[in-house]
Amino acid sequence: MESSFDETTISFETQPSDYRHIRLSVNGATARIELDFHEDGLRPGYQLKLNSYDLGVDIELADAVQRLRFEHPEVGAVLITSALDGVFSSGANIFMLGLSTHAHKVNFCKYTNETRLYIEDASEFSGQRYIAGLNGIASGGGYELPMACEEIYLVDDRRSAVSLPEVPFLGVLPGTGGLTRLVDKRKVRRDLADVFSTLAEGIKGKRAVEWGLVDGIYPTSRFADEVDNRLKEAAQDADSTLKGISLDALNPKLDAETGSLQYRHVSLKVNRQERVATLRLTVPSGMTDLPSSVGDLGADWFALRAFRELDDAILRLRFHYPEVGLVLIETKGDAQDMLSLDAAMDDRKDDWFVRETLLFMKRVMKRIDCTARSFFAIIDEGSCFTGSLFELALAADRIYMLEEEGVQVEWNASNHGAFPMANGLTRLQTRFLADPAHVGKLSTMSGPIDTDSANELGLVTVSADDIDWEDEVRLAIEERVSLSPDSLTGMEANLRFAGPETMETKIFGRLSAWQNWIFQRPNAVGPSGALSLYGQPASPEFDYNRT
Amino acid sequence: MAISSDIIPNNVDLDSNRKLQKALVAWQPRFLEWWNDMGPRGYQQDMVYLRTAVSVESSGWAHYDYVRMPEYRWGIFLTPNDPNRTIGFGDQMGKPAWQQVPGEYRKELRRLIVTQCDTEPASVEQQRLLGDTAPSLYDMRNLFQVNVEEGRHLWAMVHLLHEYFGRDGREEAEDMLMRRSGDVDSPRILEAFNKPIDDWLAFFCFTMFTDRDGKFQLGALAESAFDPLSRATRFMLTEEAHHLFVGDTGIGRVVRRTIELMAQREDRDVTQLGGIPLTLLQKYINEWYSASMDLFGSEDSSNSATYFSAGLKGRFGETNGKTYEDHVALETYRDLKWMEEGRLTNHEIPMRRAMNLELADSYRKDCSSALNRWNKFLEEAGLADRLYLPELSFNRKVGVFSEHDYDVSGNPVAHNDFASGCVEWLPSEADKAYVKSLMVPCLELGKFANWIAPPRKGIQSNPIEFPYVQFHDKQTTEA
Repeated sequence: MESSFDETTISFETQPSDYRHIRLSVNGATARIELDFHEDGLRPGYQLKLNSYDLGVDIELADAVQRLRFEHPEVGAVLITSALDGVFSSGANIFMLGLSTHAHKVNFCKYTNETRLYIEDASEFSGQRYIAGLNGIASGGGYELPMACEEIYLVDDRRSAVSLPEVPFLGVLPGTGGLTRLVDKRKVRRDLADVFSTLAEGIKGKRAVEWGLVDGIYPTSRFADEVDNRLKEAAQDADSTLKGISLDALNPKLDAETGSLQYRHVSLKVNRQERVATLRLTVPSGMTDLPSSVGDLGADWFALRAFRELDDAILRLRFHYPEVGLVLIETKGDAQDMLSLDAAMDDRKDDWFVRETLLFMKRVMKRIDCTARSFFAIIDEGSCFTGSLFELALAADRIYMLEEEGVQVEWNASNHGAFPMANGLTRLQTRFLADPAHVGKLSTMSGPIDTDSANELGLVTVSADDIDWEDEVRLAIEERVSLSPDSLTGMEANLRFAGPETMETKIFGRLSAWQNWIFQRPNAVGPSGALSLYGQPASPEFDYNRT
Repeated sequence: MAISSDIIPNNVDLDSNRKLQKALVAWQPRFLEWWNDMGPRGYQQDMVYLRTAVSVESSGWAHYDYVRMPEYRWGIFLTPNDPNRTIGFGDQMGKPAWQQVPGEYRKELRRLIVTQCDTEPASVEQQRLLGDTAPSLYDMRNLFQVNVEEGRHLWAMVHLLHEYFGRDGREEAEDMLMRRSGDVDSPRILEAFNKPIDDWLAFFCFTMFTDRDGKFQLGALAESAFDPLSRATRFMLTEEAHHLFVGDTGIGRVVRRTIELMAQREDRDVTQLGGIPLTLLQKYINEWYSASMDLFGSEDSSNSATYFSAGLKGRFGETNGKTYEDHVALETYRDLKWMEEGRLTNHEIPMRRAMNLELADSYRKDCSSALNRWNKFLEEAGLADRLYLPELSFNRKVGVFSEHDYDVSGNPVAHNDFASGCVEWLPSEADKAYVKSLMVPCLELGKFANWIAPPRKGIQSNPIEFPYVQFHDKQTTEA
């Protein structure tokens, strides 16, 4: 039975010396992430046995993946393996799911899905190739994590199998990308995937290779060596001359009374009563040119720091502020500063640190796209929706722009490819799906665009002059927060991702949506549902009627 | 090779069962290969006075004769079918027992059968070198009897895999012959079956304690709603009884011999006379009892609840009409105390989750009666020493007690205290080396090694002085 738990105690920041569940070690061009989950989870009521995980574990995993990119650019390949004997990982902890609220389950799945995608992003764009060494059984989420790696090797000991037992055991789905990656990424034949996804005990040995579930098997006596060789091969293109930076803690100031957060460049002002928050990013004045070694800027560099803060604020919004339904996005600062920064970054995008920062900004924006809150961009006096920050406006569900001298937006090359959405398109391409030529036209334009022109170009939802502005915005806010939060979540998720499907959009739009539906259905969570009764003395009873 | 009832005694209508024939044509020759590779080493050509089951009637399941082990007629026997049998417990109590595997429980049944099945060849492998140090012909014969019958139990379980689990079952059956006890690449499933049993005291402890776990597992499966499993395990239980007898009387004979030797020395130090001291025997008991308790699985187990509610695995004596009244077990709890956050805390385990514990309780009672018999010997000899069973929580690697240390009386102890206490509780390397030093073969007709007393009587009304094994290459010395 679900029970209450203070979600605000969850912190999304950690560091290797604080890890309780995984061990990160770097050895030249290769790194290892060893899974050794401590039994105590985020909250009481369950134990993380057999390397089963909860959000706390995934926060460490996400931190390790992120730190490897920024702190160890010299690493070319990463092995994920287990410290336990005979068990790689048994997936998300079922008792944790049973205790969790619906919102927690949904946000947990979303976060773990994002982490898996970040692993793939690192393999694809950062030259850090992930390899999974399954030295024991990998079931459910314990197999979905390896599926996010480039290669999977399984020990051939006649015992260890990979499996997705969610359907047969729990009456839910392998929702951390499992079903999607099976057919979309690993391209397992649909009928074999059907058999595999209903076979609780999974598949081991040669057949796992034949079916494409793993890339190789090795007997126990050779397993560690073979995987290690493969890891070293995969790391061949690593550049040992690169020196990483160190990611410090963000330590925002929390106003205990209002719940508002103040970071260095970002603030989140919360109005719990009105269920509205204002997320503001301020560009500091007097940014200097990029030094010849960009890495010298370290974690203090505005571009990185501001987006780390934004990322943390978004995660806290999801978990700590469930009542906030609408987020107003504001930016402040000098447009010229942003334009120079973007230009410099574009100029130096082959530098590993610039590249990583741009990739990270992309991920943070995607995190916003996938956040179940309404977002309104508010463009008024002093706003700085310029270049890469203009992307924040484009990520919003609506754009409100004040008609006034000096209020303007401006885009640049970064809006035409640096920050693709999950559908593989830019936000401008997605916005103007009906008219690709219009996007082409925008890309030839430069300079500040005032409210009238922005309106004409289709970049503004509502504009108002100073007489109407306050009422317009106030009414829009009040109206929005009065609507059903569930229908808004569904509506926004449908409207945000026009255009082609990708594996990523299928994971969030199809797999997660079905999972979240199942998570509400009596066959899973009713008193006789399979998830409710997992590990209980009684057997589940299904309503066998199909919808 | 043709597969027929001539070479495989059975009551499963093998001659007209094409499915079974197809499976066995491939499997039977591989089984013989496995037996020759991994069965008792060095005695395959000798004539051993063995019991063979040739039918399930009381006249047929214990047929005694000399046979070379590779020519042993491993058969497939199920206790005769009761067409009216109903499910005796769980959520489907009262419905007819299943004659086929229900798709719904395929995975659980497969897992139960595969796990049980794997222990059978494993123990043969673990014991394959023991023949060389047999304390007597009588004991050697008993060892081989146990070995061939474990082989038959493999057949019994493999029959279920072949007959009821299709291609998966055939693959699992093949894996039974591929895994090897202690092999780094292809070990047996349960860890306890991966270390060699290389002295006879360990062998007696194995047959006394570990095979007795087998008895209770088989007894629980004999209650299964899956009728073929129930019938197969019920017949296996008749054979298992002899294995337990070997262990029970084997240790009893060690006790009796030790009593004799103690009487010969004022300081009672039987090591001076090549005997096994009671303290050392107690350490072996502690080790084997606690390792065997681990085989029951966790005291609080969701699997056990699933097995019980589905009717796959009951308790020992579930439907004998005497032991249990409530066969649904949804309303009751078991209390159990274990260490949690530094304190001995009581836990209420819903009965269905506590089925492993229930089974372990029945097991403990059964073990206690053997202990009582051995202690009777001590009592009769006027000795104050007594052997005991360690508490449930002692030295556990599996289950709710595995995360803290407990002494033999079940008191929680600090890890350091446990480590130092082990000198007293568990056999050290030196203890094992001492036992091994006593293991010299004694193949004289009717003679026994110095550390063990003769049995009260021979096998099948034969005298103790009987050539239970006839060697093809060495002479059994006449007494």
